[in-house]
Amino acid sequence: MSDETLNTIVILVGALAASAFVIGLHYMNSPATARTGNRISAAGMAVAVVVTFLSLLLREGGISTEGLIIIVAGFLIGGAVGLFMALRVAMTAMPQLVSLFNAVGGGAAAIVALFDYGHVVGTPEEKISTAIFVVLGVVIGSITFAGSLIASGKLQGLISGKPIRVPGGTLTTAILGIVALIGTLLLVLSAGEAPVLALGNEVKILALLVVFAASLTFGVTMVLPIGGADMPVVISLLNSFTGTAAAMSGFVLESPLLIIAGALVGAAGGILTKLMADAMNRSLLNLMIGGFGGAEGTQADPAATGGTVREVGVDDAAIQLAYAQNVIIVPGYGLAVAQAQHACRELGDVLEDRGINVSYAIHPVAGRMPGHMNVLLAEANVPYPQLKEMDDINPEFPRCDVALVIGANDVTNPVARTDKSSPIYGMPILDVDEARSIIVIKRSMGRGYAGIDNSLYTNPKTGMLFADAKAGLENLLAAVKAL
Amino acid sequence: MSAEISLLASLLIFVLAILVGFEVISKVPATLHTPLMSGANSIHGIVLIGAMIIAGIADEPIGYILAFIGVVFGAMNVVGGYVVTDRMLQMFRKRPSAPKSDAGKRA
Repeated sequence: MSDETLNTIVILVGALAASAFVIGLHYMNSPATARTGNRISAAGMAVAVVVTFLSLLLREGGISTEGLIIIVAGFLIGGAVGLFMALRVAMTAMPQLVSLFNAVGGGAAAIVALFDYGHVVGTPEEKISTAIFVVLGVVIGSITFAGSLIASGKLQGLISGKPIRVPGGTLTTAILGIVALIGTLLLVLSAGEAPVLALGNEVKILALLVVFAASLTFGVTMVLPIGGADMPVVISLLNSFTGTAAAMSGFVLESPLLIIAGALVGAAGGILTKLMADAMNRSLLNLMIGGFGGAEGTQADPAATGGTVREVGVDDAAIQLAYAQNVIIVPGYGLAVAQAQHACRELGDVLEDRGINVSYAIHPVAGRMPGHMNVLLAEANVPYPQLKEMDDINPEFPRCDVALVIGANDVTNPVARTDKSSPIYGMPILDVDEARSIIVIKRSMGRGYAGIDNSLYTNPKTGMLFADAKAGLENLLAAVKAL
Repeated sequence: MSAEISLLASLLIFVLAILVGFEVISKVPATLHTPLMSGANSIHGIVLIGAMIIAGIADEPIGYILAFIGVVFGAMNVVGGYVVTDRMLQMFRKRPSAPKSDAGKRA
């Protein structure tokens, strides 16, 4: 088969795979079809990988033995590691795994761009456009690689989840940016048939390596100052970056499939990032600069908010729940941390068995990545029709007898609606305060991530049940069963 | 390569694919955001193909090393990404196996 025919086949199969990705993503619209969608997308990927492999084997001159060994061994090793991690990971640890896979994807994109530059440098193929795409691929890919590894480490607890100040702060970041920019200018100006700057190949490769190093460092300094609770936004952003980096390596290798797939993911991540930032009422810029409010866990002073806190006992809380008609459970970050999703679902089931309507109100940023809380509750066997999004559940609160808040704080704070001076003013929240009565399971009066007092806790309708989310739910469950 | 595409055609494809991405994703409900992100994550594993292509071009040790790391990373991204997304999605059920109680399953 001629190389031309092969190339045509590869491009046509690319069109098929790209369609599979789009259709697969489209099927993600509904929980009922999402699994099929993912499989369509996976099938498209498999076909694309196999056909690429065959085209390398069948082209004129074939592939070197070394190349063949690299592909086969690399695929087996990488695939086995990925498979092992994917099968073993606990659902609570999902964000760090997604981050890790994102990191390696970005790393691969950066490597492809680096390699390609080394290959074309000094040849007629080193066009200005090639230099631009190579630099973009290297910069975005390596920022994502380093940034996602840090994010993953923070989520895994290997690195402190608290915002870490980088020495020099903004100055360091600015210097890294300038270094990368100078390197980029050198590469672009020295490319093409009649370069503005005549530079030796070694100098150019050195410049690219400097850009590479600066971008890796930038990835680290960008994510370190961001706190654990902002991770949903960071993960979305980095996901978007990797897609873009993959598209850039598509330009470098002139592969339409890489461009399309990368652009799709770039757009997807971009939308999610915006949704998350909106749900936290923060601009992306404000978030990247980092550091927000006080430290996590500072003790609030109930007197300062002008109200008193009413404590409720397990038995009282159980009676309220057991004789209600409509109960809305509001799970938050604290529930995920305490791994209390199973206890939560059991309590929901027991209440349902008593004929009570139970639904779950889920804020878009509950958990550690977008939609994470839904996955945790789905794992605990909560049927998805009971999982309600913020806009659907908010009108239900006035009709709800008891709202049970477990480990959620800032996303229930009514000051977001009322107090213009509050840092969270304007953030969309769950209108828990409109329920007829409210039970909050919480370890202490500690403040939430934003470091401000929650006026929900001093609301006269609210009873505070001071306990760890898991222990509190288990006690409550036992008390309801005993009734 | 005679079937290669021009830079302008590539840019056009890039822009259109971004628009398709916006259009397709903006309809996904918040319930599915984690699997969606994980699924999208697997799609950018397509860079595995790029790594395979450079493995086919490489002809000196540094090139071999880069290509190998690229293929390992890409394969990890693709295989792990799709499997973990499938694992998550299989948990989304309308009703636990038996109506109301899933005692049989948890026994």
